[in-house]
Amino acid sequence: MSFLTYLINGISLGSVYAIIALGYTMVYGIAKMLNFAHGDVIMIGCYVVFTVVSTLSLPTWLGMILAIVLCTALGITIEAIAYRPLRQAKSSLAVLITAIGVSYLLQNVALLIFGANTKSFSSVVNIEPIKLFASTGNAGLTVTGETVVTISACIVIMVLLTLFVNKTRAGQAMLAVSEDNGAAQLMGINVNATISLTFAIGSALAAVAGMLLCSSYPALTPYTGSMPGIKAFVAAVFGGIGSIPGAFIGGILLGIIEILSKAYISSQLSDAIVFLVLIIVLLLKPTGILGRKIQEKV
Amino acid sequence: MKRVTRALAVVLSTAMVIASLAGCGGQSTKSNTFKIGGIGPTTGAAAVYGLAVKNGADLAIKEINAAGGINGYQIEYNFQDDELDAEKSVNAYNALKDWGMDILVGSVTSGCCVAVAAESVNDNMFQLTPSGSAVDCIANKNVFQVCFTDPNQGIGSAAYIGDNKLASKVAVIYDSSDVYSSGIYAKFAAEAENQPFEIVAAEAFTSDSKTDFSVQLQKAADNGAELVFLPIYYTEASLILTQAASAGYDFKFFGCDGLDGILGVENFDTSLAEGVMLLTPFAADATDEKTQAFVKAYEEAYGETPNQFAADAYDAVYIIKAAIEKAGAKPNMSVSELGDALEKAMTEITVDGLTGLSMKWTEDGAVNKAPKAMIIKDGNYSLIQ
Repeated sequence: MSFLTYLINGISLGSVYAIIALGYTMVYGIAKMLNFAHGDVIMIGCYVVFTVVSTLSLPTWLGMILAIVLCTALGITIEAIAYRPLRQAKSSLAVLITAIGVSYLLQNVALLIFGANTKSFSSVVNIEPIKLFASTGNAGLTVTGETVVTISACIVIMVLLTLFVNKTRAGQAMLAVSEDNGAAQLMGINVNATISLTFAIGSALAAVAGMLLCSSYPALTPYTGSMPGIKAFVAAVFGGIGSIPGAFIGGILLGIIEILSKAYISSQLSDAIVFLVLIIVLLLKPTGILGRKIQEKV
Repeated sequence: MKRVTRALAVVLSTAMVIASLAGCGGQSTKSNTFKIGGIGPTTGAAAVYGLAVKNGADLAIKEINAAGGINGYQIEYNFQDDELDAEKSVNAYNALKDWGMDILVGSVTSGCCVAVAAESVNDNMFQLTPSGSAVDCIANKNVFQVCFTDPNQGIGSAAYIGDNKLASKVAVIYDSSDVYSSGIYAKFAAEAENQPFEIVAAEAFTSDSKTDFSVQLQKAADNGAELVFLPIYYTEASLILTQAASAGYDFKFFGCDGLDGILGVENFDTSLAEGVMLLTPFAADATDEKTQAFVKAYEEAYGETPNQFAADAYDAVYIIKAAIEKAGAKPNMSVSELGDALEKAMTEITVDGLTGLSMKWTEDGAVNKAPKAMIIKDGNYSLIQ
């Protein structure tokens, strides 16, 4: 019975990682850069929902829509101001360091505006927990509304994104840019617009992930996004960075490993175990579980 | 080069002469009042703490003077700022010595207190820190504490749970990456051996994995825990309470002073904290007579609600009064004689204060007090009688 609870919690946590990891993996696949500010876009999304719903007492759906719109705009802006000018830089380190800078900038802006005090996020999910196996007291299996919504949202997003990439012209353009951005440009694809679109989608997903994250774990601080962001990045590498199904599988596996190692090995060592598994996977399969072999062009 | 050395020598010897004169001055101004000095940060990042201590002690001293002083002697009071800097704290100590200080209340923060204690031991100056909670603060024989040391909170919590038979099976969720939390947990676990309850699950988290507590709660439930002990800060505790409620667990929760503040988390559903018990030295909205009188007087005098630090300082002054009365000490005793007398008296007195009932001290300077347990009721902290 406990095992089932752990498994469900693991999948739920993993689903959040997976949605965040989708943002990392799409940006990496297409722009070949690591957007370390992704985790902080999540945090900004949460603050938008918090401000709209809890401070201004407006309806939850309005907060959600505003968060998605604002995060999308934020993602496009960050790309245009901080990353695009550096895309042709000699060293790929330049854009990586800029991304870390943007991450700290967002954290400190949030610190300035909202302060360091923890805020308690009101869940955007309004579904009663499901009690399985008639239970008394602390026994039995309870699946919270947040868990159900998180897991379903993750599956829906994953399916829609796969369809989008494979079936639409914009999606095809993304694939082409990720394959070879010079050749794609020669074929008449607007590379800048495609990369902007990628950031827009990634950041919108970040807003969704943030709402789900904070609904399940409702303590909101300016650093809320940073650790889940790093874990999701690990999930993306784990599943094979650049691959959409890879991010999904990596996220879910990471969540399950984290929760099960906490439950059956040691609650203190769970992070160590997660990263150990990552190292082992990368040693055996350097491009991740679903990663493609990269052929170096000469 | 030679000239520079000579100039330096002149400057240094002058400084020494001035210093020795100042020292003499300190000794010669012995008067008919007890001179109590205070040190703490009244400006800078920790100003809230320093100002609270300054005011709390001030209030107690005014009350005592109005009621006729200690053994008929009035108290003079001088509080110096240390800006949360250990070096400035030592400078403040020297300035107070020049003023003729007999007894020191301070320093407010642990780091400064350790630095000042290293100096005050040479003078055998009686030193009582209201709020320096580190064990190192009381390493010297002349220093005593008003607040609990961090580890003592663990012992106090275990004893409270055992004595009041709150549960027979207890789970602990603690932060293994934090000294405060893991220190309390270690002592709690050691003391639990002597108590009529059993720790059925001890689950840790770290600063990198403090969002998901589902596993820790599930393990507590699987092992049949009735009570979960949370020696952690309120941010994580608010998450644990929320997750426990949404997963439908029914535990009693028990915490230390780190939980003080949980009702202040913005937008937190305080009904989730209903029934949570915590050992905290002081809560301004506690309903006992002594606290209410103190809060009222403090608000009238300083225009704000007193915090735990103000209460600690207020108690510190009354503890000094009790020790002086016990020792029959007089202001004309030298600092070192006074120190010896008060250090002995400290181990013999029992004081009922705002921050604890029947406070007693051992020779090592740590306080032993029946901790005050609060329960959160109707969105307020209220004292368990």
